[in-house]
Amino acid sequence: MAVASRRVLPGFSLSLGITLAYLSLLVLLPLSAAFIKAAGLSGQQIVDTVWSDRARAAYWLTFGASFIAALANAAIGFLLAWVLVRYPFPGRKFLDSLIDLPFALPTAVAGLVYSSLYAKNGWLGQFLEPIGIQGAFSRLGIVLVLIFTGLPFVVRTLQPVLENLDAEFEEAAGSLGASRWQTFRYVLLPCLTPPLLTGFALAFARALGEYGSVIFIAGNMPYRTEIAPVLIVGRLEEFAYAEATALAVVLLLFSFVLLGVINLLQRWSQSYGN
Amino acid sequence: MSVVVENVVKRFGSFTALDGVSVTVPTGSLCALLGPSGSGKTTLLRILAGLEHPDSGSVSTHGNDLTKTNARDRDMGFVFQHYALFRHMTVFDNVGFPLKIRGWSKAKINDRVQELLHLVRLDGLERRLPANLSGGQRQRVALARALAAEPKVLLLDEPFGALDAKVRQELRTWLRRFHKEIAVTTILVTHDQEEAFEVADEVVVMRQGRIEQSGSPQQIFDHPASAFVMDFLGHVNVFHGRLDHGSPRLHGATHGSTAAAERPVSVAGEGTTPLYVRPHELDIERHSSDGSLAARILHINPAGPLVRVQLIDERTAKPIMVELSRERFAELVLLPEETVFVQPRQVRYFTADYSI
Amino acid sequence: METRFAPPPKKERAMAASGATLESPKPVDPAAPNAPAAVGKLRRGQQDPTWVRTTLILLAVAFMGILVVLPVVNVFVQAFANGPEAYWRYLTQDPETRHAVMLTLFIAPAAVAMNTVFGVAAAWAIARFEFRGRTLLITLIDLPFSVSPVVAGLAFVLWFGMQGFLGPQLREWDIKILFSWPAILLATSFVTFPFVARELIPLLEEIGPDEELAAVTLGAKPWQIFWYVTLPNIKWGLLYGIILCNARAMGEFGAVYVVSGRIAGQTDTMPLRIDKLFQEYNSPASFAVASVLTLLALVTLAVKTYLERKVIESAETKKEAV
Repeated sequence: MAVASRRVLPGFSLSLGITLAYLSLLVLLPLSAAFIKAAGLSGQQIVDTVWSDRARAAYWLTFGASFIAALANAAIGFLLAWVLVRYPFPGRKFLDSLIDLPFALPTAVAGLVYSSLYAKNGWLGQFLEPIGIQGAFSRLGIVLVLIFTGLPFVVRTLQPVLENLDAEFEEAAGSLGASRWQTFRYVLLPCLTPPLLTGFALAFARALGEYGSVIFIAGNMPYRTEIAPVLIVGRLEEFAYAEATALAVVLLLFSFVLLGVINLLQRWSQSYGN
Repeated sequence: MSVVVENVVKRFGSFTALDGVSVTVPTGSLCALLGPSGSGKTTLLRILAGLEHPDSGSVSTHGNDLTKTNARDRDMGFVFQHYALFRHMTVFDNVGFPLKIRGWSKAKINDRVQELLHLVRLDGLERRLPANLSGGQRQRVALARALAAEPKVLLLDEPFGALDAKVRQELRTWLRRFHKEIAVTTILVTHDQEEAFEVADEVVVMRQGRIEQSGSPQQIFDHPASAFVMDFLGHVNVFHGRLDHGSPRLHGATHGSTAAAERPVSVAGEGTTPLYVRPHELDIERHSSDGSLAARILHINPAGPLVRVQLIDERTAKPIMVELSRERFAELVLLPEETVFVQPRQVRYFTADYSI
Repeated sequence: METRFAPPPKKERAMAASGATLESPKPVDPAAPNAPAAVGKLRRGQQDPTWVRTTLILLAVAFMGILVVLPVVNVFVQAFANGPEAYWRYLTQDPETRHAVMLTLFIAPAAVAMNTVFGVAAAWAIARFEFRGRTLLITLIDLPFSVSPVVAGLAFVLWFGMQGFLGPQLREWDIKILFSWPAILLATSFVTFPFVARELIPLLEEIGPDEELAAVTLGAKPWQIFWYVTLPNIKWGLLYGIILCNARAMGEFGAVYVVSGRIAGQTDTMPLRIDKLFQEYNSPASFAVASVLTLLALVTLAVKTYLERKVIESAETKKEAV
């Protein structure tokens, strides 16, 4: 895409100035506080905080639950994207619009309603209770609500790629003797892998930071159902800023790594694009 | 393996893509389906490959009815217009794909792929991805891939459409030789009459879902079956004329209407009819003679093997195009704005146009 | 200055399929490989067996039903558990709930306004100019998406809190930021920061600078270029970004939770009020507030679906005009 010479179009300095000022004041400066604060801590302090049993349990739960939820999102999202792009059926458009509901619905509402649905006497919890599964106030509940909040990511990254796949690839595979399954396995799946991984990574990143929905359904028991953000908030409420910051920096660093991975994945997707 | 298409009809909604088409392509020949876009040639090719289902009619090769057979069981190699190479696979994997899914051993796949790449002159490019190949190379990878499983019939959809002029010319020559080498019945689709004539030994001209004419390039060029074919094969001058005791007489140029036409009549009868004359079948004279038309020279283009002269009929004010040999042009010493006389050497007319 | 385009004609696609193109100068062979493939109009080679289709559609509908539809229905059922009168009472009679509604109605538009100004500026700078660090800037704009809202909130606490870098100084000047609306606004803006910019950057890039360059050669002043040329082209995309930004701003929980101090009747926004009522075991009231936000989400989705069509249409008009 052509980019105009900066001499011809007006407003370069103004628009870039606003952008950089706003970005710095609202995002970069505040975030830098976390690193400045963390830099002021001794190594021992950091290790004690970040590597305490309780913190390790919280990280383990956060990563584990987020990972499982993102995996589920990848599977369900793939199914939804495939059905929405490939199969016409009544209500398809309606279903398509509903996919974005988890983006639009406040996370607190999601947490509230999921905790009620999967409670012992809830609409869905009543079926899980007899078979010995505890839906709400358990690790399963955390995974369930994270699946909800991450649902649109895989669908929305996969959908455009699936729509733009040239019919000729499948026709070529067919005329070369491939069965429908072979065509899917060898021709379609490799093309869909980069966007699938991108969607997975986005859902994973979102789940790692999720707070609002989880606190309703998790029960927030230390060592058992306490996710890392809850732990951070807990420390903050005790005015233990240093410890909260150390924990936050770990989460932040992981976010940065994931952001880098997502960027790489998106570049990889685009290299297949044309 | 001869290919027989019988009475195939295909509709897309209210649009009839093929309207009762029957073709027979003899074993080992190279046949071109020629026609303008919308004529149904690509649809016919896709029906042959099993990529579309005909609404009625049948497709068979060597007496085996294939109409109900799946694309993948047809033993036909199909080369797509834009090649449809699998982007994530190397050249090797693309060509080996049909063998891999047929469960060939690694060693056998390797041998066959090397053999094919040698055949299409792409030795040493096995590890490349399609994105890193030139258009001509991609075309040949697609060809090798289509041939890998030893198809009985090779189908090519606009094989040179996506290439630039120079590469196209090279590949045409190459394809002719290549076809001799592999001796597989080949059917290609093209909208370029020059390409069809240069490559194919059988040409099928299509129009609006029907076959207009089929035969060898020479037959078609020398004896076009209709005004449409005549017009499609190159520029043609249309004159208003009449039959006078069986011999055509020009009354003046009319503008290129190529109404539906069937076949040339034997020279007999009388009446008015459009008369068709190719630019190289017209001569220019300094003096009026029997049957000639007075015309004013508009423009002369001497750049080329033939000199093209654009004239305007003095009586009807319609354009006429004449192609003269360089010798004849030198002899005449023509200048723009001169009035000269145009005399046809050969005239064609078609019965459907003919009315008493 | 006339810069609008004629409204898009009914999509050309329908014509290509019906064969009405025969009269047009460039007839389209319906079987041509570049014929547009609408959903469901798959080629033979792309079709799956009926049993596969039916199974997958049923599975998809079941997943959506359990994961999305059931929760939405549940919100309203629980909200109206004690009847419509009680529902109305929960929403209107509780001064703390009323205050939360008012606070949200103030914070969200303010955050959206700030982010819109930023988004337009950022999109203009990024999509119209080449400069060093452009790619880095794009990545940085995405940053708030991958930062946990709790961490975002913490960052503001570290600046403005009593033990924060600026806390003591602010206290001396008697300026209250943390546990007050300015911090809530900052935190909300942080979390919804990328929405408008993310929507506008690709849109502006796709439109290209030609029209604006033409306006320059015709003597338009900067604000005229923006007002008459750029804005009409991006208005639907802009609105789309604003709608999404607003939905997130109204629903933001984690960051606001940390910076607001959750003082009932003072710094509780609607999502925080839901939590508070839930903690007080006042489930129907909690669901009543939740139902309002759910309704807002549904409206957002409807508007979004409508706008998406508008964005696509105006992009197509644009292509046809060129």
